[in-house]
Amino acid sequence: MAPIIKTEQLTHIYSKGTPFEHLALDAVDFSAERGEFLGIIGQTGSGKSTLIQHLNGLLKPDSGRVLFEGQDIWQSKVFNNSVRFKVGLVFQYPEYQLFEETVFKDISFGPKNMGLKPAEIEERVYEAADFVGLGEDILKKSPFDLSGGERRRAAIAGVIAMRPEVLILDEPTAGLDPFGRMNLMKNIRNYHEKNGATVILVTHNMEEIAREADRMIVLSDGRISLSGTPEEIFARAEQLESMRLEVPDITKVFLELRRLGVNVPRSVYTIEQAKKAILNREGGSLFA
Amino acid sequence: MLKDITLGQYFPVDTPIHRLDPRVKLVLTVVFIVALFLAKWIYSYALMLAYVVVVTGLARIRPKALFKGLKPLIIIIFVTAVLNMLYTGGEPVLVIWKLRITEQGLYAAAFMVLRIMLLVCGTFLLTYTTSPIMLTDGMEALMKPLGLIKVPVHELAMMMSIALRFIPTLIEETDKIVSAQKARGADFSSGNIVRRAKALIPILVPLFVSAFRRADELAMAMECRCYHGGKGRTRLHMLSMHSRDAAAIFAGAAILAGTVVLRSYGL
Repeated sequence: MAPIIKTEQLTHIYSKGTPFEHLALDAVDFSAERGEFLGIIGQTGSGKSTLIQHLNGLLKPDSGRVLFEGQDIWQSKVFNNSVRFKVGLVFQYPEYQLFEETVFKDISFGPKNMGLKPAEIEERVYEAADFVGLGEDILKKSPFDLSGGERRRAAIAGVIAMRPEVLILDEPTAGLDPFGRMNLMKNIRNYHEKNGATVILVTHNMEEIAREADRMIVLSDGRISLSGTPEEIFARAEQLESMRLEVPDITKVFLELRRLGVNVPRSVYTIEQAKKAILNREGGSLFA
Repeated sequence: MLKDITLGQYFPVDTPIHRLDPRVKLVLTVVFIVALFLAKWIYSYALMLAYVVVVTGLARIRPKALFKGLKPLIIIIFVTAVLNMLYTGGEPVLVIWKLRITEQGLYAAAFMVLRIMLLVCGTFLLTYTTSPIMLTDGMEALMKPLGLIKVPVHELAMMMSIALRFIPTLIEETDKIVSAQKARGADFSSGNIVRRAKALIPILVPLFVSAFRRADELAMAMECRCYHGGKGRTRLHMLSMHSRDAAAIFAGAAILAGTVVLRSYGL
């Protein structure tokens, strides 16, 4: 199957021609399949944010191409604009972009820019609010009267209301409490499953990515250094650590157990798998 | 896009010009401006131009960066040139209908354009080579005597350094908000003036909210560190003069004297 979105030799340089010049992306070949849940990890400054801003045409490549369904997104202004609606991008701390008098109006900003009819807009706002679990009473409130978590969800609904085929989220759970994190991830998984949408999740939270992603890529210094299933990636704990990244805590526990001589599998990265691995351990003896 | 604004931006490089005492640089900039307005004829302008070229070279600033700073002024420069050309009396060299272009007018226009450009470049040299913190430290030191007549020098300097400090932060913030709204399909570049002004609301509201939030947080942080104004406050980096500063002052005095002499000969 052809990838829904893909980059070819994508290179981006910040502050070109000044002493601050910085190569953010270095000939990146990236692709995401239709309907997949893709995770992106990498330490701060590795180029994650720069990469995702190319995927919906906010940043223009210094060289290389970005293709949406096989077409160069910079081929025309009209196509570039339409890609913005098909590839929804939720920035870090998106709650700071809220501006309207009511949450309803704010969520309808995107659909309105798409030129939809009022009835359609209304339908989409309710649908999006439902996806992120915001009730009708909240839609009537001012976004500035909401709690931090509600505001975050309202902002994400503002992107979901455009019904993007690709939903990109940059650290959507940063700064939320554990309950808020869990809820939000559930909402995102919901959107992914119900709409068959491609989801690209950028995060520092390894547990999250281990639980959700079908496939993940690791960025370091503007290049894709690893790519594979979470199982494949987290099996390379040493290599990740050399890039100042971590494996999930549970994986660390299992690696340590192995080091102590306990017979447990290497590639355990969720609590579920850990439970299974321990219960299925052959025989009663602790040490193999 | 917004990051391309170089107005008042500091380029951190290690050169003799960057290392000069900010007080000296401030005084020299004022001296340069005075000298520039005393300049009368080609020779004095050549001296001014030489000063800018030499300092630019010593500070290893790319000429391109200076020209970029001039860009926003193109219209002003152009209008000044045209007005000077048309409204200076003297021998006409070219008459088109009622418009008389005189030789004197041409000279006046050329000098005026040169003067504006040098003025802007000369002051940019200061901000390009001096960090905002050093700049306000220098200003505070120079304005200290005003404290005697109850001018709150320290508070003014602190306000200024905070303002300068937050310009890049707010620009970055604006960039982020613009990107976020663009990602929701906001269009800032089409439609008539009313539509475009309206299109700014989704940027301005979050920007103001965040500016107030930042101000609040900063005030709290300063309070937590027991900030209580300038009284009895000591500095981590004391300003101190070196031989290179003496050399710079000497050069500045020489340029000023040179311009005055040239002026008295009408050069």
